[in-house]
Amino acid sequence: MWKKHSKLERHSLLLVLGILLVVSVGGLVEIAPLFFLESTIEKVRGMRPYTPLEQAGRDIYIREGCYVCHSQMIRPLRDEVERYGPYSLAAESMYDHPFQWGSKRTGPDLARVGGKYSDAWHVQHLIDPRSVVPESIMPPYAFLAKKDLKVDDIEARLRALNRVGVPYTETALKNARADLEAQVDPTASGVSLARYYGEKVNRRDFDGDPDRLTEMDALVAYLQMLGTLVDFRTYEADAPENLR
Amino acid sequence: MTDIAAQQDSPPGAVALLIISAAGAFLALMATALSPDPLFRLEGWIFTFAALAAAGALTVGVANGRYHADPGRYEDGVIRAGAIATVFWAIVGMLVGVVIALQLAWPRIFYFPDHGWLNFGRLRPLHTSGVIFAFGGNALIATSFYVVQRTCRARLAGGLAGWFVFWGYQLFIVMAAVGYLAGITAGREYAEPEWFVDLWLTIVWVAYLLVFLGTIWKRKEPHIYVANWFYLAFIVTVALLHIVNNLSLPVSLLGAKSYSLFSGVQDALTQWWYGHNAVGFFLTAGFLAIMYYFVPKRAERPVYSYRLSIVHFWSLIFIYIWAGPHHLHYTALPQWAQTLGMTFSIMLWMPSWGGMINGLMTLSGAWDKLRTDPVLRMMAVAVGFYGMSTFEGPLMSIRAVNALSHYTDWTIGHVHSGALGWVGFISFGAIYCLVPWLWKKDRLHSNALVEWHFWIATLGLLLYIAAMWVSGIGEGLLWREYTPQGFLANSFVETVSAKHIANIIRALGGLMYLSGAVIMAYNIYRTIRQPAPAALPEASGPIVAAAA
Repeated sequence: MWKKHSKLERHSLLLVLGILLVVSVGGLVEIAPLFFLESTIEKVRGMRPYTPLEQAGRDIYIREGCYVCHSQMIRPLRDEVERYGPYSLAAESMYDHPFQWGSKRTGPDLARVGGKYSDAWHVQHLIDPRSVVPESIMPPYAFLAKKDLKVDDIEARLRALNRVGVPYTETALKNARADLEAQVDPTASGVSLARYYGEKVNRRDFDGDPDRLTEMDALVAYLQMLGTLVDFRTYEADAPENLR
Repeated sequence: MTDIAAQQDSPPGAVALLIISAAGAFLALMATALSPDPLFRLEGWIFTFAALAAAGALTVGVANGRYHADPGRYEDGVIRAGAIATVFWAIVGMLVGVVIALQLAWPRIFYFPDHGWLNFGRLRPLHTSGVIFAFGGNALIATSFYVVQRTCRARLAGGLAGWFVFWGYQLFIVMAAVGYLAGITAGREYAEPEWFVDLWLTIVWVAYLLVFLGTIWKRKEPHIYVANWFYLAFIVTVALLHIVNNLSLPVSLLGAKSYSLFSGVQDALTQWWYGHNAVGFFLTAGFLAIMYYFVPKRAERPVYSYRLSIVHFWSLIFIYIWAGPHHLHYTALPQWAQTLGMTFSIMLWMPSWGGMINGLMTLSGAWDKLRTDPVLRMMAVAVGFYGMSTFEGPLMSIRAVNALSHYTDWTIGHVHSGALGWVGFISFGAIYCLVPWLWKKDRLHSNALVEWHFWIATLGLLLYIAAMWVSGIGEGLLWREYTPQGFLANSFVETVSAKHIANIIRALGGLMYLSGAVIMAYNIYRTIRQPAPAALPEASGPIVAAAA
C-alpha cells in the first residue's frame, strides 16, 4: 500500500485527479439529492414570489449585511417557537436567491417579524435603534429614509430572478415598476398588484413620508411581509408528504 | 554578444502580459464609461487604474530589459512582496476586527447615522475577508511559492506569472473590500464578493494553480514533498468551491448586482458546503502545508511519520467535504443531510488530530528549543490550538450541543481559537522564518520582541476565547430559560445587555492580539533594514546550494 502511494507522489496530475475524486464525493452525495428529492420542500399554501417593492427591500437588506446579525430561520425548539412563532419551513425560502437564513443572532430572528410591530416603530427603530430599545447595539440606518429608492432597474432585477427560477409571469414583469409604485400609494388602483401577488399584499405608505418613495419604504415593506405568507392553519406538519 | 542580446531580450511572457494589461485597461474603461450603475463604475475605475499601472510598469520593465530571469536562481522577489503584504493585511484585517468589536460594546460611539459604510453589517465582511483572504491568502501564496521552489529545487514556473498572481490577488482584495464598504455584496458569508470580482479571482486562481503545478513539473526531486500535497489540495478544492458556490446570474453585464442560481434550502447547503470547506481547505489544508515545511525546518528534525501524513492527508480531505450540514442543524434542511453532516464532523476529529500529532511529534528530540526559540514555540502553540479547535468543532457539531451553541457567540469564539491560535500563529511563525531567509540576514532584529509578540497575543487570544465562551453559552442558556410558571424568562434585548462586559473583554483581547502583530511588523521592518552579514545563509540563493 505504501509503495503504491509513491506513484501519486511522483505524478502530479494523478495526485490532482485523486484529490478531485476524493473531494467530490461528499458534495455529490449531500447536495445533489436536494435538487431531486421531492420531499425536500414541503407542500404549503400561500407562498408567492416577492412583490417588486418587497424584492427591492430585500436587496437593501442584503446590501446592508443584515444577515450577519439576524437569522431568518426558526428552529423547532420550544423556546424558539414560543419566542418567534412556528418553526421555519424550507418552502418559505424557495424563492430566496440567495437564502438569508443567517448563522448568528446578535439581534433577534426576523423570519416572522412581519406584522409584529407598526411601520412607525420600524422606521423609528431603523433611524435610531436606541430611541425605542435603549439597550440595543444595532447600527443606525437613518440614511435609508433620505435616499430615494432606485426603481428604474426593478424589471431587470425581477427578470434575472425569473431566469433563475422565480415564477414571475411575463405581464407581471412588464408591470413591475407600476406595481412597485402602486404598493406605496393607497390611492392607486392596485388591481394589477392584487392579480399577481394576491389580495393580502400590504399596500400603504411605509415610511411615513407619502411624498417620497425611499429605501426605507422598500425595507419596511420587506420586513412587514416576512414570515406571513404560509397559511399555518392549513399546513399539516405530520402529513406524509411533509415528513422529511 | 549573444549573451548580451539574451540579457536585453525580454521574455515573451512579459510582452504578452503587457498587451493583456493594456487590453484589460481598455475593456475596463469601456465598461466603466457605459455602465449606468455608480457602484459598478467605482469598481471599474479601480480595475482600470490597476491595469494601467500594470501596463505602465511592464512597459518600463520591458524597455529596460528588466525581466530576464536567471533559471539558476530561485524567484524570491514575489515571495518578499508576499511576506510584506501578509503583514500589512494582517494589521488591516485585525484592526477592522477591533473596530467592530468596539461597535458591539459601545454602539453609541462608533456609528454615523447618515453613513452606512461604517455600519457593522458592511465592516464585518471586510474583517472576515481581510483576515481570511487578504492575510491568510497572502501567507498561503507567499509560503507556497517558497516551499514549492525549495522542495522541487526548481525556479518558479511561468516567468512573470507569479507576479501576476500576486498583484492580481491584491487587486481582488481591494475590489472586494471597496465593494463591501460601498454596499456591493452577494449576501453569502465568506463569499460576499459579487460576480465580476469572483470572475477576476477565478482567473487569478487558475494562474496560481498553473504556476504551482508548472513548478512541480520542473522539479529535480523525484517525489513531491508532503507540504505540496496539502498546497495542491488547497488550491484545487478552493477553485471548485469558489466556482460552484458563486454560480449566479448578473442583472446586467454592466451592473454590480447578481442573483444566486440556487434558492432556499439548496442554496443554504451549497453555501455551507463552501463555508465549511473554506475552513477545511483554505484555513486548514493550506496552513497544514505551512506546518509540514516550516516546523521540521525550524526544529531541524524530520517529519514524525510519513505514513501518518499519507493517512491523515487523504482522510482529512475526504471527510472535510461532508461536514457542511452541521451549520444547518435544526433548520429546514432535511434531517438525513444534517445527520450525515454531524456524523462526518465527528469522524473529522481523528484526521485532524493525526495532523496535530504529526506536527507536534516532529519536535521529538528538539523539545528544548521551545524554551529558547520563540518562533518555534509560536508554531508549536499554533499546532496545539489546531488540536483544541478541531476537538471543539466536532463537539459543537453534535446536534444537541448545537441546539445551544448555534446562533451564539460560542461559534465566534470557536472560529477565533482556530483563526488566531492556529492560522495566525503558524503564519507569524512562517513569516519570522522567511524574512531573514529572503532578505539574506543571519537572524531577526530581536528575539525579545518575538517573545513580547508571543505573550501579548497568547494572552489576548485567551481573553477573547474565554469571553466568548461566557457570553455564548450564557446567551444560549438565557434564550431558553423559563420561569417556574412556564414562560420565557428573558426578552431578547436582556440577553444582549447581559453580554456587555464580555464584549468589552473580547475587544481588549482583540486589541492585544493586534498589538502583537504591530510588534511583529516593527521587528520585520528592522530585520529587513539590518546590514547584510558577510556570509549568506544557506536557505536562499542559488538552487544548487539549497537542497530542502
